[in-house]
Amino acid sequence: VCIHRVRSCSSIRFIKSKYVCVFDKSALKFSHQQRLFRTSAVSCGQIVQFKLSDIGEGITEVTVKEWYIKEGDSVSQFDSICEVQSDKASVTITSRYDGVIRKLHYSIDEIAFVGKPLVDIEIDASKGVAPEEDVVETPPMSHEEHTHQEIKGHKTLATPAVRRLAMENNIKLSEVVGTGKDNRILKEDILNYLAKQTGAILPPSPKAEIVPPLRKTEAGPAAPKDKARKIPVPVSRPIVFSGKDKTEPVTGFQKAMVKTMSAALKIPHFGYCDEIDLTQLVQLREELKPLAEIRGVKLSFMPFFIKAASLGLLQYPILNASLDENCQNVTYKASHNIGVAMDTEQGLIVPNVKNVQVCSVFDIAVELNRLQSLGSAGQLGTSDLTGGTFTLSNIGTIGGTYAKPVILPPEVAIGALGKIQVLPRFNGKGEVFKAQIMNVSWSADHRIIDGATMARFSNLWKSYLENPASMLLDLK
Amino acid sequence: MVLQSLKNCLWLSCILRTPKASFRSTASGGLIIQSVSNDVYQNLAVEDWIHDHMDLEKQQILFLWRNSPAVVIGRHQNPWQECNLRLLRQKNIKLARRRSGGGTVYHDLGNINLTFFTTRKKYQRMENLKLVVKALKALRPQLDVHVTDRYDILLDKEYKISGTAAKLGRTSAYHHCTLLCNADKFVLSSVLKSPYKGLKSNATPSVPALVKNLFEEDPSLTSEMLLDAIAKEYAAQHQIDHHVTLINPADETLLPGISNKTEELQTWEWVYGKTPKFSISTCLNMAYKDSVLDVKVNMDVKHGKIEVCNIDLPEQWLPPGLYGELVKSLTGSKFCPNETTTLVTTLLRVCPQDDELHSRWSLLCENMIMLM
Repeated sequence: VCIHRVRSCSSIRFIKSKYVCVFDKSALKFSHQQRLFRTSAVSCGQIVQFKLSDIGEGITEVTVKEWYIKEGDSVSQFDSICEVQSDKASVTITSRYDGVIRKLHYSIDEIAFVGKPLVDIEIDASKGVAPEEDVVETPPMSHEEHTHQEIKGHKTLATPAVRRLAMENNIKLSEVVGTGKDNRILKEDILNYLAKQTGAILPPSPKAEIVPPLRKTEAGPAAPKDKARKIPVPVSRPIVFSGKDKTEPVTGFQKAMVKTMSAALKIPHFGYCDEIDLTQLVQLREELKPLAEIRGVKLSFMPFFIKAASLGLLQYPILNASLDENCQNVTYKASHNIGVAMDTEQGLIVPNVKNVQVCSVFDIAVELNRLQSLGSAGQLGTSDLTGGTFTLSNIGTIGGTYAKPVILPPEVAIGALGKIQVLPRFNGKGEVFKAQIMNVSWSADHRIIDGATMARFSNLWKSYLENPASMLLDLK
Repeated sequence: MVLQSLKNCLWLSCILRTPKASFRSTASGGLIIQSVSNDVYQNLAVEDWIHDHMDLEKQQILFLWRNSPAVVIGRHQNPWQECNLRLLRQKNIKLARRRSGGGTVYHDLGNINLTFFTTRKKYQRMENLKLVVKALKALRPQLDVHVTDRYDILLDKEYKISGTAAKLGRTSAYHHCTLLCNADKFVLSSVLKSPYKGLKSNATPSVPALVKNLFEEDPSLTSEMLLDAIAKEYAAQHQIDHHVTLINPADETLLPGISNKTEELQTWEWVYGKTPKFSISTCLNMAYKDSVLDVKVNMDVKHGKIEVCNIDLPEQWLPPGLYGELVKSLTGSKFCPNETTTLVTTLLRVCPQDDELHSRWSLLCENMIMLM
């Protein structure tokens, strides 16, 4: 039996009830079946105890597994309230009413009983209430007819609030396309329908109403398609946008990045940029790509960039060094563990290729393939992600020309590679030719690296790439 | 079994779009559909779609599907408790969480899945399973198969060949079950064994059972034969034509909104984040130099994220500031090896550059990651 609790109001008015409390005597034969109509109190909210309806198969108790709402939340009819489980069946319990949740009768993992109250909902009486029902075995007729409108032989679902909105705006529900569950008509559908008619965004109705969060942003005013048609001048009303700011704590990986970047900020960076003519390299790679494929490896430009960097580091080892915390000592790292920045779902990760100084271009390509597939599967190991001494970031695969990369401590230098563009350049004979141009932007720690060193390293790296045959001379 | 062509997909499209099927066609009492995809997420998404969008008053639906290797956990289960996640990652076996209750199962192409869609009022698991048993007996009368009161189907009164789960919504419901034809039992038993110790949770536990493939009982049986027999019996009981309509779960025009459902089923938030709150209380045995360190670890994990983390290290083994950083970073982050790996390796960048320190850090972190 439902308990009605009418809150005492300061001025109690005599209400002409539209609906009357009725017990359908014939229905009492079925244990849980009742049809109740509620008295509508005009000025007070009523608290209704929403009972757990029958699950079927003679089940009397279930375990509450998850609440989708909490006390104080607004709910609409048909919104999901909680998930309960019984004997391998997971059941979604939906609300029968529009209102505000006032009490949850169970906590997670507690046993809930069929027929006993599950939640208390305070109903906003000004909106009217759908009749209550407890579904047991197949009743002779569907109780849900009271909440539907028979339209064109199809039953249309709409909550009382939505039907009122349609009525206030003289809209036939049959003309509105429902986008909700079971094709039901939602408030946004009415608003969208109206927006299309008048070309304006409408504010919510002046009465206090529970506004469910919009699932899509409201459509802007429709562009006038037929200029000859007179566009009605919209009455000046405030534009309503119900999007809300969303605040989330910074956790996990992002937190670690905050720490790293804050430390990087302490390094005095200087930048040095240049332009590389990759015309010859592009051609070389075209020739070598099929050879690599036969060996089962995808060959990109990165292995060449990486190997050239390592050859450069042999001449300028200070770029492969590390400065200690107090800037007392510089450690020249023997291994060239060159990091390659990768963009993943989580964000930026930098695995590194170990000991590039003893790897061939092909070895590097193999290792890159391995790191890339592990990276996209989210399975990189700690050793892949630690021990880097120098980093290259191929941001050009996404786009951009020049960049200002941030050094990743404890390293002292980093290079960002822009995209390869086809541009006109002059050759030695003064003729214009089609060149494949890529820009590089270096950043270095100015405490131990000076501009001249960076420039010379860059020139050497550039010369290897512009004339790949010269790499052969210095390959170890 | 007559397989449908594209023409009938248009017919199916009409049925799927009209909320209240008011047509008078031969398929008045039921509909049998089969997925052309072996992707567990796509197939689960089809179940969701039918559950949410189709009116089952006039016709019930039987959905037939098979998946490439995947482990499917129940709605309220804990994947760490139920399976060997490390092995799954290694073998590239997918992990999915379905929306129905029940326990964990292993799917591969040797297992068939049957979903019976009805209105909420017509939800009837026992009848469905009896239908399956009837179909099996019609195909091979000598098979000793029966339905238990736990809604399992047993072969030779001993071996489980089918497990059941169900989902009930406001107006519709579905009951699905597996059927072992020729699944890889070796992989099944190894992936469904959890190596994670010290887990305490209220998640629904699975009940392990001895399993057997129907193929072992009768090598002439194939998945196709079983699917056909079940479709035939369903057709007979629902008085409809025995034909099966193929559907493509990637078809957005046929099933509008299906790609969103498919995507949602693959998000970390759904697969791992829906794990009920649990705690881990275990001991890491770390071999360091010449000794073995016993390090007690206590963690609380809620929504798949670490809420509380305590690591009982010997004093000064790690500088206290660094230990504090580690715990602070782990708190609030996902209980996930990938997230933890990227987190701890990134943190290492701002540690003093000391080899001894680095090796201790790596040792501790690798052991922590093994818990995930």
